[in-house]
Amino acid sequence: MDVFFMLLINGLAEGALIFLMASGLSIILGLMGVVNFTHGTLFIWGGYIYIATYNRTQSFLLSVLAAMAAVFLLGAVFEKLFVSRVYGNIPAQILITLGLQVIFTDLVRLIWGATPITVARPDFLAGRWVIGGATIVHYRVFLIFVGLLVAIGIHLLITKTRIGMVIRAGVQRPDMVQALGINIKLYFTFVFAGGAALAALGGALYAPLTGSMSSTAGLHNQVLAFIVVVIGGMGSFLGSAFGSIFLGLMGAVVAWFVPSLSVVANVTLMALILAFKPNGLFGLAVKK
Amino acid sequence: MKSLLKIEDLVSYIGLYTILQGVTMEVNKGEAVVILGRNGAGKTTLLRTIMGLVNTRSGTLALEGRSLIGRPTYTIAKEGIGYCPEDYGVFDELTIEENLKIAMWKEDKETLQRRDYVLDLFPDLKVAYKRLSKTLSGGQRQMLSISRSLINDNKIILIDEPSKGLAPVVIERLAHALQEIRKHTTILLVEQNFALACAVGERYYIIDEGRTVDEGRMEALMSDKALQSRHLGAI
Ligand SMILES: Nc1ncnc2c1ncn2[C@@H]1O[C@H](COP(=O)(O)OP(=O)(O)OP(=O)(O)O)[C@@H](O)[C@H]1O
Ligand SMILES: [Mg+2]
Repeated sequence: MDVFFMLLINGLAEGALIFLMASGLSIILGLMGVVNFTHGTLFIWGGYIYIATYNRTQSFLLSVLAAMAAVFLLGAVFEKLFVSRVYGNIPAQILITLGLQVIFTDLVRLIWGATPITVARPDFLAGRWVIGGATIVHYRVFLIFVGLLVAIGIHLLITKTRIGMVIRAGVQRPDMVQALGINIKLYFTFVFAGGAALAALGGALYAPLTGSMSSTAGLHNQVLAFIVVVIGGMGSFLGSAFGSIFLGLMGAVVAWFVPSLSVVANVTLMALILAFKPNGLFGLAVKK
Repeated sequence: MKSLLKIEDLVSYIGLYTILQGVTMEVNKGEAVVILGRNGAGKTTLLRTIMGLVNTRSGTLALEGRSLIGRPTYTIAKEGIGYCPEDYGVFDELTIEENLKIAMWKEDKETLQRRDYVLDLFPDLKVAYKRLSKTLSGGQRQMLSISRSLINDNKIILIDEPSKGLAPVVIERLAHALQEIRKHTTILLVEQNFALACAVGERYYIIDEGRTVDEGRMEALMSDKALQSRHLGAI
């Protein structure tokens, strides 16, 4: 029972981190039709900026916000300068975003070095509870809490605001949105940058979890996020939320019982779901 | 009469295909003009070209003397053009309320009055106001699409074959609504249903193979059976 509870917490915490990556990716793919491989690098940029700021200021909140703000701008620049030129051209999107991923990951090595840099957890999140044979790390509970808050935030943004309305309409009919006098490109930039900021939040929260950040951490998380997008169905926010929890829980269970099968399990799950639901669990029917 | 939309020798293309090969027409303020023509003539492409959704190669296209060519779609719409596409262009995942709201440029008193006006015109929409639009029937979608194009103080609305796929009774209701709407609004209507075209239009243009091939007053076409069968026999 103790183990079950611990795995539940670990899995949900992992799911929360994946969700921060996957929700942005999913909306970017669903709304803009862009296959985005920059998310991995935006994740580590978030992590590094967080650590750099935290080690100077010792302020958790300030460091998280700095990471998100900086990467929001970086995302906006990516979209304006590069991604916006290749709408509708998936091979070019893959090449350009992969290229950016490589360049900006190397840039991280150039600035912060190739060896991982470390950071301590902030004091107020450093503790743990020991219940019987299981340990519950406070920080993981905190991650679940943040994941939940972000999910609620995105949900409210999508269902209650004008931005959300345009996103929901644009996923289905971007041409008609424009024909109503709405500059959808502005929204594209915002969504891309917003997705970048969420990836940065993921990176910033990941660093204190593992105690360090390395330039290779992005790729693993990006792959997980893509699996979630495929499982959940592109463009579906609910799909990303459930997919992330699913993957996080499964990851925790598999890692506990058969650690060597972690990657195999994820990919097998994806293949199984696609075999029965080609559009993902919550996917919109593929148009055209 | 004051000229509103002026099109001369308009040529437009999609990929490698030149679709419009020289369309010339004019819509004056307050008029209801109908575009007729057989399937594949280029009627939909003409409306999409006006909206900047299809690329123009040559010719002129202007609203109140301001050229629309080469401009992004959203700025064309903002010039005061409402557009109801062939497939309605209703956003399924939005409620009826949201479909109207997303189109509003302002939420001032006049806009809200126009909203109340369209809801009175199409009571179906009022009943289903908070429902997702994917629950609407074809006719109701058409009503929503037209309502949406009327929500701003547009100078002209473009409607693409509103009768398509609708039952005769629904078409009749639509005709009444359009007759009411044209009292306040300039309309450019693509329509193959001759009865609806006659009920709404004052003047017509006929398009064939991407060109304007005839124009005139609607009464002339109505009374001239030979003209009808020459132009519309194939429809
Ligand atoms: N995306 C496209 N690519 C190539 N050709 C196209 C494309 N869209 C339309 N066309 C061609 O352009 C021509 C005009 O099409 P359009 O849809 O404008 O006709 P229409 O008059 O609206 O016909 P209908 O009455 O059937 O709606 C047709 O020959 C059509 O095949
Ligand atoms: Mg058509």
